[in-house]
Amino acid sequence: MRAYVPSYQLISPATLGEALDVLARAAGAWQPFAGGTDLMVLLEAGKLPHKNYLNIWNLPELHGIEVTDAHVTLGALTTYTEVQDHETLREQFPMLCQAASETGGLAIQNRGTIGGNIVNASPAADSPPALLAYDAELEFVSAKGSRTIPYYSFHTGYKQMNIRPDELLRSIRLPRPATESQHYYRKVGTRKAQAISKVCFAGVARMDADRIADVRIALGSVAPVPLRCVQTEAALRNRRINAETLAIAKAALTAEIAPIDDLRSTRNYRLKVSLNLLEDFVLRLAPTF
Amino acid sequence: MNLVGKPIPRKEGRKKVTGQALYVDDLSFPGMLHGVTVRSSVPRGRIKNISFDQPPATAGGSDRNIPWNEFTIVTAKDIRDLKLGENYVALILNDQPYLADEVVNHPEEAIVLLAHPDKYLLEEARRHVSIEYEELPAIFSLHDSLAQKEIIWGDDNVFKKFLVDKGNVDDVWAKADFIVEGEYETGAQEQLYIENNGAIALANPNDGVTVWGSMQCPYYVHKALIKLFGLPEEKIRVIQTETGGGFGGKEEYPSMIAGHAALLAWKSGLPVKMIYDRAEDMVATTKRHPSRTLHKTAVNKDGKLLAMEIDFVIDGGAYCTLSPVVLSRGTIHAAGPYFCPDVRIKSTAVATNLPPHGAFRGFGAPQSIFALERHLDKVAKTVGLTPEEFRRRNFIHEGETTATNQTIREKVDMDGLLNRAFELSDYHAKRERFARENGSDRPSRIRKGIGFASFMHGAGFTGSGEVYLQSVVGAEATPEGLIRILAASTEIGQGTNTIFAQIAADALGLGYDLFEVAQPDTAQVPNSGPTVASRTCMIVGKLVESAVVGLKQTLLGSGLLKDQYTQAEFQRACGDYIEKFGRLQSFSKYQPPPNILWDDEKYQGDAYGAFAWAVYVAEVSVDLLTYEAHVDDFVAVQEVGRVINPVLAAGQIEGGIAQAIGMTLYENVVWENGRMKNGQMTNYIMPTAADIPPIRVYFEENPYAYGPDGAKGIGELPMDGPAPAILNAIENATGESFNQIPLMPEKMMEDLVGQG
Ligand SMILES: Cc1cc2nc3c(=O)[nH]c(=O)nc-3n(C[C@H](O)[C@H](O)[C@H](O)COP(=O)(O)OP(=O)(O)OC[C@H]3O[C@@H](n4cnc5c(N)ncnc54)[C@H](O)[C@@H]3O)c2cc1C
Repeated sequence: MRAYVPSYQLISPATLGEALDVLARAAGAWQPFAGGTDLMVLLEAGKLPHKNYLNIWNLPELHGIEVTDAHVTLGALTTYTEVQDHETLREQFPMLCQAASETGGLAIQNRGTIGGNIVNASPAADSPPALLAYDAELEFVSAKGSRTIPYYSFHTGYKQMNIRPDELLRSIRLPRPATESQHYYRKVGTRKAQAISKVCFAGVARMDADRIADVRIALGSVAPVPLRCVQTEAALRNRRINAETLAIAKAALTAEIAPIDDLRSTRNYRLKVSLNLLEDFVLRLAPTF
Repeated sequence: MNLVGKPIPRKEGRKKVTGQALYVDDLSFPGMLHGVTVRSSVPRGRIKNISFDQPPATAGGSDRNIPWNEFTIVTAKDIRDLKLGENYVALILNDQPYLADEVVNHPEEAIVLLAHPDKYLLEEARRHVSIEYEELPAIFSLHDSLAQKEIIWGDDNVFKKFLVDKGNVDDVWAKADFIVEGEYETGAQEQLYIENNGAIALANPNDGVTVWGSMQCPYYVHKALIKLFGLPEEKIRVIQTETGGGFGGKEEYPSMIAGHAALLAWKSGLPVKMIYDRAEDMVATTKRHPSRTLHKTAVNKDGKLLAMEIDFVIDGGAYCTLSPVVLSRGTIHAAGPYFCPDVRIKSTAVATNLPPHGAFRGFGAPQSIFALERHLDKVAKTVGLTPEEFRRRNFIHEGETTATNQTIREKVDMDGLLNRAFELSDYHAKRERFARENGSDRPSRIRKGIGFASFMHGAGFTGSGEVYLQSVVGAEATPEGLIRILAASTEIGQGTNTIFAQIAADALGLGYDLFEVAQPDTAQVPNSGPTVASRTCMIVGKLVESAVVGLKQTLLGSGLLKDQYTQAEFQRACGDYIEKFGRLQSFSKYQPPPNILWDDEKYQGDAYGAFAWAVYVAEVSVDLLTYEAHVDDFVAVQEVGRVINPVLAAGQIEGGIAQAIGMTLYENVVWENGRMKNGQMTNYIMPTAADIPPIRVYFEENPYAYGPDGAKGIGELPMDGPAPAILNAIENATGESFNQIPLMPEKMMEDLVGQG
């Protein structure tokens, strides 16, 4: 443990109201501590700058998965294990379940939360591409009230996001699809478990005969933020699957993403694999595949 | 009773799984301080100033000052001022200081030691020691070292060279039908034992120095501390605590951390504990030597090897440590289990400004065998033979000589091992099926391939090494008739305690539970040599056998025991003997088998008393979407003499193969200015169980006359074969020849599709 532990504080408010009051009182003084699976790594390494934490794990309002006709709503503290165990999610949002099953190992899946994954804002996180492709919405609460935004507008730059210091992410809302779609999720991390993605691809599409009627694509680890690839989607929408479509879509994706060389991989690899996965996704949509 | 050959449960297994086993970090002493190391942040330079700072008043960092007067602080100067011994880690060349004095030669070199009772405050203090340097130019690759881009060690950057010359290769090239050349490289690898390095020391002028620690070789630490403190040997005591793995990483490094803890203990007068966290252990301690091998091979049109010229270079890092020995092993194994009339092997260990590389399972052999077994597939292709047929034509047989002119006197049947491995892996059918599938009009994006490697590994120290070691093992009976085995050979997870007890029990025809292996403690056990080099079972096991037989002979000689005895009679006789004579002990010293002749100058002769022989087959799939290779199936057939404990033996093979799969496809040390940049398990991608295929392990048993119950060495062998077998399989799958490990997906992509 490289941190000077006595300089850290963790408080556990009993209710959501109390928690929001603490956050409202001194903006930015307290930061939420959910499963702690991102925060503890930094603490251990002596690299956790912020000192005061608010334990939100015990707040019932942030737990649980709710299903209505139109939506599935996940409390921000929903764990990866809970995601995988949920029947409606397995049926209608298989990419989220797959992301959950490929996140960390069992211990992390029992403790890590979807809300933490979102607010930690790592461009390499594995559930954001699935959530972006499923058009998720985020609900925030604060002492002043609540607000809901589309997830794609949340990440504004590297570790920059649309959240105020007095807010908590309360829930993630997924619109339930009316029709059958095809889902394609692929995490590329060299080893099969406990991996940080080098590329993560999530795509969902609906065919109308031989045309792509609707498509949503998001990638991780190829930009400063988890990226919804709207240009690439536009290049595919209402088109037949053929070499020309593929070429246009690949050009769009190449222009849209901004992979880099870093400790884990190279720009070239990330770009090439992203294009390969796009092609594989699109080819599998073809009725003759 | 016949315990040998049976899957007897581990001696210390229950304690380990119930958490009762005590590792060094589980121990605590009254008044104990914690110790940390402040390390160099530059690869090479002169130390200009060391200052002990305070956190800036306004920083968000610590909110308290650092009470420097409460800290015990040790630098190189203290070793002089306290009038201790020498500031070097005694090993081969004694070039590595315990604490850098004036100059540093690699990143993470120890410069200052700090101790304090509060380990959190200690970390805060470590961050506030500032060291100023005048930087000097540094080199980070064996290529730059060979080219003498900068001279950073001695006159020529060379720690050691060997030359093995059999016949005269120069006469052969002209008459060869084919000459095939190739270049092969391997990278560094981290041992990643579960338990990080750690030690506790008590040290003062009256009692001398006592160290507890996680280690493979208590007497190496003993020797090093004698020099560091300038004390007589009886004033130094080294005790091995339960050890969570070593793989070579706890062969030489524990001398360093033990010395550091002892220096802090000496200066403070209090016990000091030093435990590295994973990040420190990964960046600061030893790794496998990176290597480069050049091959030039002459073959005739019948596919017979005529000459092999091999140039093998390893990167030793900034100090010599064990590099000469690693180089030696890599050299001797470089020509493999083949007969070739003319062989020249030139090998060199060079210095770079990386942290010193050190012992790691296989000790240079995995590097040179990787090169050879990749190269032979290339040679086979050039000659127009299958990899299999080419090797069959050149396998070594009884009566033929190795590269060092050692005549093989044991029965060796490489063809038989190959046949069995191919049958078990369904090699031929798969080779055919994969060729068909990969060559079809619409091949799958997953390409399958199968490949193999054939190899050998010598057990024990090289040549006359075992004679120099003069290992001794003792056995001692208690009045109740229990027997303690006294040896410095350590249990590091591989099963030493269990096999020693099995061998001893069978030697006397008594029950397993009567035998206990004493905790290695230099004040209590004789020096049975280091726990390295696949020697513990074959060499030390044999000494265990003769030591316990010595007890029996003493009892028989005293008339207190009859030739035919029951267990109860034996135990009673022990009690009677001890009552009459005080104690019952027996010691046994190493005797070399007959006809082992080794010329250390010319590197010719009997390199090893015995070799283990093996053929490994790997089946892989390569995903052309992600350029990731996965090993799908693995068959390992080996002849290791008699198997003492089939579960432990299979465990050794499985573990070694898993570790070698890591070295081949996953584990890439990313260097930046000589520092390991990915020193966390997150970014250093060691494979998990999910990446490891079923590993199918088979033993052929051919008892070795001079091993205990016929056993030979086993621990390093499984590290040798997987890398070339896997890359041979990947060539089979993709048609592309890769000659570097680790083969990461990024590299595979570059070669398969170009730079993008
Ligand atoms: C061994 C290991 C393996 C891992 N593997 C993966 C992996 O494969 N894929 C992956 O994507 N991640 C992985 N992670 C990262 C981590 O587990 C996930 O990001 C996890 O979802 C974080 O959730 P948490 O609840 O633990 O977050 P915490 O660590 O508690 O918090 C993370 C951040 O989010 C903020 N936060 C959390 N909840 C809220 C909220 N409701 N409102 C506002 N802010 C909030 C916190 O203030 C903090 O800044 C791994 C981590 C470890 C240690």
